[in-house]
Amino acid sequence: MLIATSAALFALGLLGVIVRRNVLVMLMCMELMLNGVNLSLVTFAQQTATAAGAVLVFLIFVVAAAEIAIAIPIVLLLVRRKGVLDLDAYADLKG
Amino acid sequence: MIETVLLWLFAATALLAAVLMLVLRHPMRVALALTATMLSLAGVYALLGVHVIAVFQVLIYVGAVMVFMVYAIMLLDVRDRSFTRRFSRLLLPGIAAALLFLAILAHGLWRALPEPSGAAVGTLFALRHFSAEFLNEYWLHFELVSVLLVAAVVAALAVLEVGRRHRG
Repeated sequence: MLIATSAALFALGLLGVIVRRNVLVMLMCMELMLNGVNLSLVTFAQQTATAAGAVLVFLIFVVAAAEIAIAIPIVLLLVRRKGVLDLDAYADLKG
Repeated sequence: MIETVLLWLFAATALLAAVLMLVLRHPMRVALALTATMLSLAGVYALLGVHVIAVFQVLIYVGAVMVFMVYAIMLLDVRDRSFTRRFSRLLLPGIAAALLFLAILAHGLWRALPEPSGAAVGTLFALRHFSAEFLNEYWLHFELVSVLLVAAVVAALAVLEVGRRHRG
Protein backbone atom coordinates (compact mmCIF):
# COMPACT_ATOMS: atom_id res chain seq x y z
CA MET A 1 0.00 0.00 0.00
CA LEU A 2 2.78 2.41 0.90
CA ILE A 3 4.73 1.44 -2.19
CA ALA A 4 1.67 2.31 -4.30
CA THR A 5 1.47 5.64 -2.48
CA SER A 6 5.11 6.37 -3.21
CA ALA A 7 4.67 5.51 -6.90
CA ALA A 8 1.64 7.78 -7.05
CA LEU A 9 3.56 10.62 -5.38
CA PHE A 10 6.39 10.23 -7.87
CA ALA A 11 3.99 10.22 -10.84
CA LEU A 12 2.15 13.27 -9.49
CA GLY A 13 5.44 15.12 -9.11
CA LEU A 14 6.42 14.20 -12.65
CA LEU A 15 3.04 15.38 -13.91
CA GLY A 16 3.51 18.66 -12.07
CA VAL A 17 6.93 19.22 -13.62
CA ILE A 18 5.45 18.61 -17.06
CA VAL A 19 2.18 20.54 -16.94
CA ARG A 20 2.78 23.56 -14.72
CA ARG A 21 4.22 26.80 -16.07
CA ASN A 22 5.62 28.41 -12.94
CA VAL A 23 9.31 27.69 -12.32
CA LEU A 24 8.95 27.65 -8.53
CA VAL A 25 6.00 25.25 -8.72
CA MET A 26 8.06 22.97 -10.95
CA LEU A 27 10.87 22.99 -8.39
CA MET A 28 8.42 22.06 -5.65
CA CYS A 29 7.08 19.21 -7.79
CA MET A 30 10.65 17.91 -8.07
CA GLU A 31 10.78 17.92 -4.28
CA LEU A 32 7.57 15.89 -4.34
CA MET A 33 9.25 13.31 -6.59
CA LEU A 34 12.15 13.04 -4.12
CA ASN A 35 9.65 12.55 -1.31
CA GLY A 36 7.99 9.71 -3.18
CA VAL A 37 11.33 7.96 -3.60
CA ASN A 38 12.09 8.50 0.09
CA LEU A 39 8.81 6.87 1.09
CA SER A 40 9.57 3.78 -1.00
CA LEU A 41 13.09 3.55 0.46
CA VAL A 42 11.83 3.78 4.02
CA THR A 43 9.13 1.19 3.33
CA PHE A 44 11.61 -1.25 1.83
CA ALA A 45 14.08 -0.68 4.67
CA GLN A 46 11.36 -1.33 7.19
CA GLN A 47 10.07 -4.43 5.39
CA THR A 48 13.48 -6.04 5.02
CA ALA A 49 14.76 -4.75 8.39
CA THR A 50 18.00 -3.35 6.98
CA ALA A 51 19.53 0.03 7.71
CA ALA A 52 20.94 0.74 4.25
CA GLY A 53 17.68 2.19 2.93
CA ALA A 54 17.38 4.58 5.85
CA VAL A 55 20.96 5.71 5.34
CA LEU A 56 20.21 6.37 1.68
CA VAL A 57 17.27 8.53 2.74
CA PHE A 58 19.69 10.69 4.74
CA LEU A 59 21.87 11.13 1.68
CA ILE A 60 18.79 12.09 -0.36
CA PHE A 61 17.92 14.74 2.25
CA VAL A 62 21.33 16.32 1.72
CA VAL A 63 21.05 16.09 -2.06
CA ALA A 64 17.63 17.79 -1.93
CA ALA A 65 19.01 20.59 0.23
CA ALA A 66 21.94 21.09 -2.14
CA GLU A 67 19.64 21.04 -5.16
CA ILE A 68 17.35 23.68 -3.75
CA ALA A 69 20.32 25.80 -2.62
CA ILE A 70 21.60 25.97 -6.19
CA ALA A 71 18.25 26.10 -8.00
CA ILE A 72 16.86 29.09 -6.10
CA PRO A 73 19.78 31.47 -6.95
CA ILE A 74 19.54 30.42 -10.60
CA VAL A 75 15.80 31.16 -10.62
CA LEU A 76 16.45 34.49 -8.87
CA LEU A 77 18.94 35.50 -11.56
CA LEU A 78 16.66 34.42 -14.40
CA VAL A 79 13.69 36.31 -12.99
CA ARG A 80 15.81 39.39 -12.33
CA ARG A 81 16.79 39.42 -15.98
CA LYS A 82 13.35 38.95 -17.55
CA GLY A 83 10.87 39.52 -14.76
CA VAL A 84 8.68 36.51 -15.47
CA LEU A 85 8.29 33.14 -13.77
CA ASP A 86 6.77 31.53 -16.85
CA LEU A 87 9.16 28.94 -18.19
CA ASP A 88 8.00 29.49 -21.79
CA ALA A 89 9.64 32.91 -21.69
CA TYR A 90 13.01 31.23 -21.34
CA ALA A 91 12.66 29.08 -24.45
CA ASP A 92 15.55 31.03 -26.00
CA LEU A 93 17.88 29.23 -23.58
CA LYS A 94 17.39 26.16 -25.73
CA GLY A 95 20.59 25.27 -27.50
CA MET B 1 -5.57 -1.17 14.89
CA ILE B 2 -5.39 2.55 15.55
CA GLU B 3 -1.95 2.56 13.94
CA THR B 4 -3.32 1.11 10.71
CA VAL B 5 -6.05 3.73 10.60
CA LEU B 6 -3.51 6.48 11.22
CA LEU B 7 -1.22 5.08 8.51
CA TRP B 8 -4.05 5.15 5.98
CA LEU B 9 -5.01 8.63 7.10
CA PHE B 10 -1.48 10.02 6.71
CA ALA B 11 -0.99 8.35 3.32
CA ALA B 12 -4.34 9.68 2.09
CA THR B 13 -3.48 13.18 3.32
CA ALA B 14 -0.13 13.04 1.52
CA LEU B 15 -1.79 12.01 -1.73
CA LEU B 16 -4.55 14.60 -1.41
CA ALA B 17 -2.09 17.41 -0.77
CA ALA B 18 0.00 16.23 -3.71
CA VAL B 19 -3.04 16.45 -5.98
CA LEU B 20 -3.79 19.90 -4.57
CA MET B 21 -0.25 20.97 -5.51
CA LEU B 22 -1.11 20.42 -9.15
CA VAL B 23 -4.33 22.44 -9.22
CA LEU B 24 -3.68 25.35 -6.87
CA ARG B 25 -2.87 28.65 -8.51
CA HIS B 26 -0.70 30.67 -6.16
CA PRO B 27 2.84 29.33 -5.53
CA MET B 28 2.50 30.02 -1.80
CA ARG B 29 -0.51 27.70 -1.59
CA VAL B 30 1.41 25.08 -3.54
CA ALA B 31 4.21 25.43 -0.98
CA LEU B 32 1.74 24.96 1.87
CA ALA B 33 0.30 21.86 0.18
CA LEU B 34 3.82 20.47 -0.23
CA THR B 35 4.48 21.14 3.45
CA ALA B 36 1.31 19.21 4.30
CA THR B 37 2.54 16.29 2.17
CA MET B 38 5.91 16.29 3.90
CA LEU B 39 4.39 16.47 7.37
CA SER B 40 2.07 13.55 6.67
CA LEU B 41 5.00 11.57 5.26
CA ALA B 42 6.85 12.29 8.51
CA GLY B 43 3.83 10.85 10.32
CA VAL B 44 4.02 7.75 8.11
CA TYR B 45 7.71 7.31 8.91
CA ALA B 46 7.07 7.70 12.62
CA LEU B 47 4.29 5.08 12.45
CA LEU B 48 6.63 2.71 10.61
CA GLY B 49 9.03 2.95 13.54
CA VAL B 50 11.74 4.90 11.70
CA HIS B 51 11.72 7.83 14.09
CA VAL B 52 15.10 9.22 13.07
CA ILE B 53 13.98 9.73 9.50
CA ALA B 54 10.71 11.28 10.66
CA VAL B 55 12.55 13.83 12.79
CA PHE B 56 14.94 14.71 9.99
CA GLN B 57 12.10 14.92 7.50
CA VAL B 58 10.55 17.66 9.62
CA LEU B 59 13.87 19.36 10.40
CA ILE B 60 15.46 19.37 6.96
CA TYR B 61 12.56 19.32 4.53
CA VAL B 62 9.96 21.39 6.34
CA GLY B 63 12.41 23.40 8.41
CA ALA B 64 15.08 24.22 5.86
CA VAL B 65 14.04 23.46 2.30
CA MET B 66 10.47 24.71 2.51
CA VAL B 67 11.40 27.86 4.46
CA PHE B 68 13.93 28.63 1.75
CA MET B 69 11.26 28.00 -0.88
CA VAL B 70 8.77 30.28 0.87
CA TYR B 71 11.37 33.04 1.04
CA ALA B 72 11.97 32.67 -2.68
CA ILE B 73 8.24 32.88 -3.37
CA MET B 74 7.96 36.04 -1.27
CA LEU B 75 10.94 37.58 -3.11
CA LEU B 76 9.54 36.73 -6.53
CA ASP B 77 5.94 37.84 -6.28
CA VAL B 78 5.50 38.15 -10.02
CA ARG B 79 2.00 38.12 -11.50
CA ASP B 80 2.64 37.00 -15.04
CA ARG B 81 1.16 34.56 -17.50
CA SER B 82 2.06 31.63 -15.30
CA PHE B 83 -0.38 33.04 -12.76
CA THR B 84 -3.39 33.47 -15.03
CA ARG B 85 -2.78 30.33 -17.05
CA ARG B 86 -1.53 27.64 -14.74
CA PHE B 87 -0.94 24.84 -17.18
CA SER B 88 1.36 24.72 -20.16
CA ARG B 89 0.21 23.41 -23.52
CA LEU B 90 1.62 20.02 -22.54
CA LEU B 91 -1.35 19.41 -20.21
CA LEU B 92 -3.02 16.52 -22.06
CA PRO B 93 0.17 14.79 -23.29
CA GLY B 94 1.59 15.22 -19.80
CA ILE B 95 -1.39 13.55 -18.15
CA ALA B 96 -1.24 10.70 -20.67
CA ALA B 97 2.50 10.28 -20.12
CA ALA B 98 2.13 10.33 -16.33
CA LEU B 99 -0.64 7.70 -16.45
CA LEU B 100 1.43 5.51 -18.76
CA PHE B 101 4.45 5.93 -16.48
CA LEU B 102 2.37 5.05 -13.42
CA ALA B 103 1.02 1.94 -15.16
CA ILE B 104 4.50 0.75 -16.12
CA LEU B 105 5.77 1.48 -12.62
CA ALA B 106 2.87 -0.43 -11.04
CA HIS B 107 3.41 -3.35 -13.39
CA GLY B 108 7.13 -3.54 -12.62
CA LEU B 109 6.62 -3.13 -8.90
CA TRP B 110 3.88 -5.73 -8.78
CA ARG B 111 6.21 -8.38 -10.14
CA ALA B 112 9.34 -7.35 -8.25
CA LEU B 113 7.88 -6.62 -4.84
CA PRO B 114 9.90 -8.41 -2.15
CA GLU B 115 8.16 -10.57 0.39
CA PRO B 116 7.81 -8.80 3.71
CA SER B 117 10.38 -10.63 5.76
CA GLY B 118 8.47 -10.13 8.96
CA ALA B 119 11.77 -9.66 10.75
CA ALA B 120 11.40 -7.64 13.88
CA VAL B 121 12.39 -4.04 13.28
CA GLY B 122 12.65 -3.68 17.04
CA THR B 123 15.73 -1.73 17.97
CA LEU B 124 17.19 -1.51 14.47
CA PHE B 125 15.98 2.02 13.91
CA ALA B 126 16.40 3.15 17.50
CA LEU B 127 18.63 6.20 17.61
CA ARG B 128 21.51 4.59 19.48
CA HIS B 129 21.70 1.53 17.27
CA PHE B 130 21.06 3.36 14.02
CA SER B 131 23.63 6.10 14.58
CA ALA B 132 26.30 3.56 15.59
CA GLU B 133 25.67 1.59 12.41
CA PHE B 134 25.51 4.76 10.35
CA LEU B 135 28.88 6.05 11.47
CA ASN B 136 30.58 2.65 11.58
CA GLU B 137 29.63 1.36 8.17
CA TYR B 138 28.69 4.41 6.15
CA TRP B 139 31.19 6.99 7.36
CA LEU B 140 32.71 7.31 3.89
CA HIS B 141 29.32 8.21 2.37
CA PHE B 142 28.76 10.67 5.19
CA GLU B 143 32.05 12.43 4.43
CA LEU B 144 31.39 12.41 0.68
CA VAL B 145 28.01 14.03 1.30
CA SER B 146 29.70 16.81 3.26
CA VAL B 147 31.96 17.39 0.23
CA LEU B 148 28.81 17.61 -1.88
CA LEU B 149 27.40 20.25 0.48
CA VAL B 150 30.59 22.32 0.24
CA ALA B 151 30.43 22.06 -3.54
CA ALA B 152 26.79 23.23 -3.45
CA VAL B 153 27.70 26.26 -1.32
CA VAL B 154 30.55 27.19 -3.66
CA ALA B 155 28.29 26.73 -6.68
CA ALA B 156 25.58 28.96 -5.21
CA LEU B 157 28.16 31.68 -4.50
CA ALA B 158 29.55 31.30 -8.02
CA VAL B 159 26.09 31.67 -9.56
CA LEU B 160 25.46 34.87 -7.60
CA GLU B 161 28.92 36.20 -8.53
CA VAL B 162 28.26 35.61 -12.23
CA GLY B 163 25.00 37.52 -11.94
CA ARG B 164 26.69 40.41 -10.16
CA ARG B 165 29.42 40.65 -12.78
CA HIS B 166 26.85 40.55 -15.56
CA ARG B 167 24.98 43.50 -14.13
CA GLY B 168 27.93 45.55 -12.99
